[in-house]
Amino acid sequence: MLEIPCPWCGLRNESEFVCAGEADRKRPPDPEAETDEAWADYLFNSTNPKGVVREWWWHVAGCTRWFQIDRDTVTHEIAPVKERSK
Amino acid sequence: MTRLASGGVIDRQRPLRFLFNGKRYQGYEGDTLASALVANDVLIVGRSFKYHRPRGLLTCGPEEPNGLVQLVSDGDQPNLRATEIPLREGLEARSVNCWPSARFDLRAINSVLAPLFPAGFYYKTFMAGKWDFYSRFIRQAAGLGHSPKERDQGRYERVNHHTDVLIVGAGPAGIQAAKVASGSGHDVMVLDMQESPGGHLLFHPRQIDGQAGSDWVSREVGELQDRDNVTWLQSTTATGYYDHNMVIAVEHKPAESWLKERLWHIRARKVIIATGAVERPLIFPGNDRPGVMLADAAARYIRRFAAVPGKKVLIYTNNSTPYAQLETFKTAGIEIQGILDLRKNPSEAELCLASKLEVPVSVDARITGVQGRSGIRGVTYQSGAGSKTVRCDLVCHSGGWNPLIHLYSHAGGRSRFEQASAAFIPGERAQAAYPVGSANGTFSLAEGLKEATDVANSLFGESAGNRASGTPNAPAAEDEVPYRIDQIWPEKGHKGKAFVDFQNDVTTADIALAVRENFQSIEHVKRYTTAGMAVDQGKIGNPNVIGLVSRELGEEQASVGTTTFRPPFAPVSFGAIGGSERGPLIIPARTTPITAWNIENGAAMDEAGANFRRPFFFPRPDETMEDAVAREATAVRTSCGIYDGTPLGTFELQGPDTGELLNRLYTNRFDNLPVGRGRFGLMLREDGRLFDDGVTFRVDPNRYLMSCGTGAAGAVYAHIDRLLQTEWTDLKVYLVNVSAAWATMCVCGPLARAVLGKLESDISLDPTFRFLDFRDGTLEGINVRVARVSYTGELSFEVNVARRSALKLWKILMEAGKEFGITPVGSETSGVLRIEKGFISPGHEGDNITNPFDAGMGWIVDMTKPDFIGKRSLLRDVKLGGERQHVVGLLPDDEQALVADGSALLPAQGSDSRSGFQGHVTAACFSPTLKRTIALALLKDGQKRHGERVVISGLENSCVATVTEPVFYDPKGERMRG
Repeated sequence: MLEIPCPWCGLRNESEFVCAGEADRKRPPDPEAETDEAWADYLFNSTNPKGVVREWWWHVAGCTRWFQIDRDTVTHEIAPVKERSK
Repeated sequence: MTRLASGGVIDRQRPLRFLFNGKRYQGYEGDTLASALVANDVLIVGRSFKYHRPRGLLTCGPEEPNGLVQLVSDGDQPNLRATEIPLREGLEARSVNCWPSARFDLRAINSVLAPLFPAGFYYKTFMAGKWDFYSRFIRQAAGLGHSPKERDQGRYERVNHHTDVLIVGAGPAGIQAAKVASGSGHDVMVLDMQESPGGHLLFHPRQIDGQAGSDWVSREVGELQDRDNVTWLQSTTATGYYDHNMVIAVEHKPAESWLKERLWHIRARKVIIATGAVERPLIFPGNDRPGVMLADAAARYIRRFAAVPGKKVLIYTNNSTPYAQLETFKTAGIEIQGILDLRKNPSEAELCLASKLEVPVSVDARITGVQGRSGIRGVTYQSGAGSKTVRCDLVCHSGGWNPLIHLYSHAGGRSRFEQASAAFIPGERAQAAYPVGSANGTFSLAEGLKEATDVANSLFGESAGNRASGTPNAPAAEDEVPYRIDQIWPEKGHKGKAFVDFQNDVTTADIALAVRENFQSIEHVKRYTTAGMAVDQGKIGNPNVIGLVSRELGEEQASVGTTTFRPPFAPVSFGAIGGSERGPLIIPARTTPITAWNIENGAAMDEAGANFRRPFFFPRPDETMEDAVAREATAVRTSCGIYDGTPLGTFELQGPDTGELLNRLYTNRFDNLPVGRGRFGLMLREDGRLFDDGVTFRVDPNRYLMSCGTGAAGAVYAHIDRLLQTEWTDLKVYLVNVSAAWATMCVCGPLARAVLGKLESDISLDPTFRFLDFRDGTLEGINVRVARVSYTGELSFEVNVARRSALKLWKILMEAGKEFGITPVGSETSGVLRIEKGFISPGHEGDNITNPFDAGMGWIVDMTKPDFIGKRSLLRDVKLGGERQHVVGLLPDDEQALVADGSALLPAQGSDSRSGFQGHVTAACFSPTLKRTIALALLKDGQKRHGERVVISGLENSCVATVTEPVFYDPKGERMRG
C-alpha cells in the first residue's frame, strides 16, 4: 500500500485515492485540428515508462482534489509536484 | 510417556486431555500439540504429499513441514502446524493427507511405485484432453486438509497503526534494538511470533550480562513494556512487508475474549528485522523417516517442554551447533551414540565439548541409510573406507542455519550467498528495512547483540536529545562454540530417497532430473519439481535446493541466485483478512428512506447499480414474477404507479460558466435552457461512445441540477470533476454531489395528476405545468420540487424531497392514490416499460461501440457546437462510414417466444445475401400492454433493414422475428407530454 502525499491532506494511504494516469497527456485545445492518428494516440496510448512518471491522482475519499506526483515505477519513490492545481 | 520430572515451562499441575487421530492423550498447560505428541511418544504425525510416506515432526516451529493437522475442535481449520497450536483441554486434531489413517495409509502404494512418479510426472502423463478425467482422482489423493463445512464462528478485526520503529522478533537482538530505539524517545512497536519473548533464549540456556538469559529477557522486556512509547505484541506474526514500509501482521491471541484474530496494518518509518534463523536439514537417504529430527528442534522440545523425543540418539552434522547441544541431550537422560560429522576437521572447541561428555565423534562420516519404516532401528554410515551400523531410535541432524530473510525480501531487498556461513543473507536494501542478529547472518549471540545496538544507535541514537549518557552499549555475552560450517553435498546418484522438500516430496533425484532436462533457472527448477512451493514455502529446504542445482550445473551457489520470497510468511486465515467485512458488510448495501417500506411491503429485492438494492417487483400471494410485472406495468399504463427513484445520481452545478460546461459535456446545448425548465441530455465518452443520459434542470441562471444513472453516477462525477480540476481549470463552476441529500419518488400513469391533485398544495398542476417543467412548493406542508419527467412514457410527476421527509410523503402519496389504484412498481417493471417505449439505456444498448447515431439519437447531437466531449471521435465515425450496428426493434413471429438478453442474431434463411453473426438482443421482455414478446437489439445496418427478417438464436431455442423501429408504444410521445 503506497503512501500518497496529498498537497492538502499530507501522507495518506493509497486506498483513499484513484490514480488517474499520466499527467503529461493534455486534452488538445482544438481536437478537430488533430489528425486521426494524433487523436487516437491521445485517447489510447500512454508512455508507461520504467522509471519516473508524472501522474494525476484524485483524493476521492479525502479532499476530492486532483493533483500531480512524480512516481518511480520501479522503486515507488514518490516526489510531490510543488505546483498546486487550482 | 517420555516427560522429564522437572524442567520446561509446562505447568504439571494443569493436565490437559486431547485427541489426536482419534486416540486420547494427555499433555500440560504450556505444551504445543507437537510437544505433547513428542511427550506421548507419537512418532507418526502425518503422511507425505506424493508418496504417502509416514512422517514425524522435523522441527519445533512455524517452519514445520510434516506435522500438518486439521484442527477439528476449533472450527475444523485445515493445514495448521502442530508446532504452533497451543494445547487446550479437549483439543481434537487429525493428520491431513492420510487415508484411512496415519499409521496405515493405503496410498503408500505410491511409495512402491515411486520410480513411476519422477519430477514433472503429472505434466508428462496426464496430457491434454485427459486431464479432466484424471484430475478427479489426483485431486482426491493429493489433498491436504479439507475446508471447514461450518461457518467460522470467530470474530476478527483489522486495525491500522503508525509507528516510528517496528521491530519484528523479540529475541535477544530484537529486545536490544527495542531498548535503544525506545530510549531515544521514538514510538516503538515490537511483534513476536511466540507466546513469550526471548527467541532462542527460551530454548537454550545462555548468559547475558553475567546473568541467565531468561532473567535478562524478563528484566529488559518488563522495563520496555512499562514504557509509554512501546507497544508490545506476543503471538503476533508479521506476514508481509509491502510498499512504503507497510507491514501486515496477524495477532493470534488478542486479549479481548470475543476476538479470535486481529490483523494489523502497520506503517513504520523504520523496520528492524530481528526474525532469527531456522535450522536447515541435511540431505541423506531416509532423512524423512519418523524419528529423524533437526538437532535444534530436539533440544527445544527437551528444554522448553521437558519432552524427550528418543532414548538413543545419533547426531549428524556439518556444523558446530549440535556440539553445544550435547549437554541438553545428556541431562535429559538420552544415550548419545555418537556424532557423525561430515567435515574432516571439527574445531578444537567442538571436539573438547564432545570429549567432556564422552561422546565419540566420527569425522568425514556420511549416512547411507536409515533402518526402520515407521520408527528408527539404526543407521548405516560410511566413514573412511568402512561401512558401519549403529543402533539408535532418534537421529538429530543439522545442516546449518537459514536466516529468515522473508520480510527483507518482501520489501524488495536482495539476498546474497555468504560462503563462510553457507547461508543466504540480506544483500542490497530496498525500503527502510534493517536486519539484525541471526536474520542478518550474525549467528553469534554476542555479535548479534552488538549489531542490534549499533544499528539502532545509528538509526535513532543521534536524535535522542533526552539522554546524557551517550549511546547505549551492547550487553556482554559469550558463545559456547563459534559457528563453523562446511557444506558437503550427498554423492551424485546415491542410493535411496533423500528429501530436499519434505512437504512436496522432492528428492535429490528430482532435482538432478530437472537439471538433466535442461531446467537451469532456479525459478524453473522450483516450478518443475515444486520444491519450495508447499505450505511451508521452502523455509527450511530452499537453500538445499539451490545448493543441489548449483552442484548439478557445476556453478557457484552465489551465481545460481535465490528464488523470490513472497508474502505471506506464514498462512493467514481468511477470517483475519476479511476482518469485520463479512456477510452483509463485505459490500454494505446502500439504502433509501423507502427501502425499509419496500421490504415490509413484500418487494422482491434485487441488486441495482452502485451497491443499491432495489425492489425487483412486488409479488402478491400466489403471484408469479410474470404476473406481478404484468399487473404493475398495466397499472402504470392504465391508472397509476409509483416508484422510488432515489438511487439516481444528482449533481448540483453552480457558477457563471455552468452553461458552457454542460455544452461541452453533453452532445446538445444547455446554455440556452430557460430557467425553470429541464432538458434531456446525452453524455458521451471522449471516444464517442454512449456514457450516460439524464435530465438537467436550470434552477437559476447560474445553477443547474443534473441527474444521471444510478450505476454511472460515480463515473460521471469523476469525469466532470477531472475535467474541471485538470483540463478546464478556467471554467468557474462548482460541482457538488447532492445524491444523498435528495429522495425522489415518481408518480406515473394517466391518473398521476389526480393523485397529486388530492393533496393540499400550492403547486398548480394545470396544463401550464408542461412536460420538462419543474415547480417548487409544498405538498401537505412538505417542501418539494416537482418535475415533469418520464422514464415510463406516461404522464409522470417526479417529486423531489429532503430525505428526512421522504417516507412521510411516500405514505401520504400511497394513501392519496388508494382510490386510483396506485401500485408500487419494481425495477423489472420499469425495464419492461422502457423497452416498450424504446428508451435507450447506455447500460444495455451501449456496448462500448454504439455511438448516438447507431442508437437512433442523432436528433440530440449538435455537431455545430465548436466542441464537446466525444465530438472529435464522432467525426471520425462519420468520415469512416461503413457498416455499423444500429439499435432496432424485433417482433418475433411467435408472440409468446421466450427471448434471452444476449441472444445472437443470424440471417433468416433465404432472406438476403448476408451471412454470419448479425448482432445481438440487448433487452427483451413480454409486453403486458401489447400482449406479445418484444425486443431491442443491435443489428448490423439495422436502420436500413426495417421489415426484414432475422433469426434470434438463443442457447435453448430460436425464433424468427421481423425488424422494426425501436419503439413499440406511443411513438409520438403524446402520453408523457399530455
